[in-house]
Amino acid sequence: MNIIVCIKQVPGSSNVKVDPVTGVLIRDGADSKMNPYDLYALETALSLKEAHGGTVTAVTMGPPAAKQVLLEAVYMGADNGVLISDRRFAGADVLATSYTLSSCLVSLGNYDLIICGKQTTDGDTAQVGAEMAEFLGLPHYSNVQSCEIVDGKLKFKCMLGNLVMSAEMDTPCVICADGEINTPRLPSYKRKKAAEGNADLIKVLSLDDFIDKDPKHYGLSGSPTQVEKIFPPEKMSEHVVVEGTSEENAAHIYKILCDRKFI
Amino acid sequence: MAELKINQSLITPETAEQLVKICPFSAISYDGELHINSACKMCKLCVKKGPKGAVEYVEDEAKVTVDKSQWRGIAVFADCADGGIHPVTFELIGKAKELAAVIGHPVYAVLMCNGDKGYSERLLKSGVDKVFVYDSPIFENFTVTTYANAFANFINATKPSSVLVGATNIGRSLAPRVACRFRTGLTADCTRLEMKENTDLVQIRPAFGGNIMARIITPNTRPQFCTVRYKVFSAPEQQENATGEVINCAVNPDWEEPSVRVLNVEHKPPENDISESEIIVAVGRGLKSKDDLQIVQKFADSIGAQLACTRPLVECGWVDASRQIGLSGKTVAPKLIITLGVSGAVQFAAGMKGAECIIAVNSDRTASIFDVAHYCVIGDMYECLGELEKMIKEAGK
Repeated sequence: MNIIVCIKQVPGSSNVKVDPVTGVLIRDGADSKMNPYDLYALETALSLKEAHGGTVTAVTMGPPAAKQVLLEAVYMGADNGVLISDRRFAGADVLATSYTLSSCLVSLGNYDLIICGKQTTDGDTAQVGAEMAEFLGLPHYSNVQSCEIVDGKLKFKCMLGNLVMSAEMDTPCVICADGEINTPRLPSYKRKKAAEGNADLIKVLSLDDFIDKDPKHYGLSGSPTQVEKIFPPEKMSEHVVVEGTSEENAAHIYKILCDRKFI
Repeated sequence: MAELKINQSLITPETAEQLVKICPFSAISYDGELHINSACKMCKLCVKKGPKGAVEYVEDEAKVTVDKSQWRGIAVFADCADGGIHPVTFELIGKAKELAAVIGHPVYAVLMCNGDKGYSERLLKSGVDKVFVYDSPIFENFTVTTYANAFANFINATKPSSVLVGATNIGRSLAPRVACRFRTGLTADCTRLEMKENTDLVQIRPAFGGNIMARIITPNTRPQFCTVRYKVFSAPEQQENATGEVINCAVNPDWEEPSVRVLNVEHKPPENDISESEIIVAVGRGLKSKDDLQIVQKFADSIGAQLACTRPLVECGWVDASRQIGLSGKTVAPKLIITLGVSGAVQFAAGMKGAECIIAVNSDRTASIFDVAHYCVIGDMYECLGELEKMIKEAGK
């Protein structure tokens, strides 16, 4: 079973603001980390590999620095990583991102199962996994709680609103793992040491490595949505500021609770 | 293709430094030459705010645009996979009617079910012009490709201009699948929707993972897809004399996905769903330890509130994920929400802005939560809780 896990490097903090005067984005700190939801996807893949053999490849799309999250995946137990990095992919929306990932997977080939995380903490769209599955022509399920391989097929449980559905899907297929479904393992120091100096672990691909090399299908050009404008969130026009001693503050809250008949 | 062109002749160490600073995504670097790497999000701030002409935006040759007049109507997906119509469906119909009024388009509902158990009647009563019903045993259980095949059939036959889908587990699987099939745009979790006279749907949502809102449009393709969470909009009143009509659509049995076999479906016992709660006490990073949750829980109990939290508390394992408010958690619209030690990131605020009354307690007067709160209490959450507890106890005597 060859498993691909799609991961993403996200900002370490969500402290991004718009300067209300100049309209320029201000981002505090340049730190970044692996999208926390991807850890559950990786753990799912690594457990399947332990039970059934095969390989786990981590794939990410991002700037050269995103190599770091692939290395982290390798330290956790992935066999190797693929970084898709090209300025021509800049400004990609959901459709263009999904297309880029699917183009990469088509070039890589030889996969049985693709696992994505539930969503990223920077985009929060939770749509890339499903669109990628559509581009690849594969069935997919989201919100997957658990899965195992039985007779070459994927048996899984997923949440559909208040329903828990158990089903079986032929491979290859795509699943998006839910959050909190397992305890992701920690990166191993031994694996880190072993990986040092092994330049073959992380492969870097650009548009030139894809079968569809038409830059119009990628990045901003391949994105049907356009950001017209960015702006700071609106502020409440009317609000009451309470700033007194703890007792006065509490009394104010207490009065609101009474006035509005919550107590 | 659209790209950023750097005029190296205008780049000096000074202008380079300026540009590196302007880029919020650390995509610009300088080593004697200026480089833009693939971290670029094409926000074009370097073009607009940088030294004039240093970085230029080069447009595509004219994009092929669809004939927008051929695409009419606003369609809402009716999610009934859970045995009843999910209430977000009605909220979206209410919004669709407002949007449609701007451009004089009809409002449609699209329903896939195994047996129409009064669904289409309820949809008509919410004021849609047409309900398209795909009724077949192949829709008994949700299989995304099966549903997507029927949805694609509807779009090909009816050509709606916009498609609104509730951001339920099912909607979040189905909308991207269908949007992708039509190679068109999808904006997830919109918090506001507006309609332009040229039928472009203006989709507003938090963006770039920060305290920023973006206005997003899909100018060159149709239909325009968006998802919206439950409790963001309000449901319209049910009308007694509905005037819309039901269109029964033919179902092709070949639409059924051959590679998935459903083995079992169980109802999960409903948990205390915070999105249904009328009073919520939400706690954030101001909480000092997991043990202190008991203090907050006790206060919540004393006013009959549900306990909720921000993402960091879920990430460190203190509170169950089902209690998280925000874009990666749940959207709530209670009568009252009291936030304690919550800084109010835009992702959190997007999940609770619909509350009728927001009381925020935070010791940091610059916290963004105060931008959305109705009552801004600047002070220590622990001291405040202690005093409140005394007052409630006193009143109970």
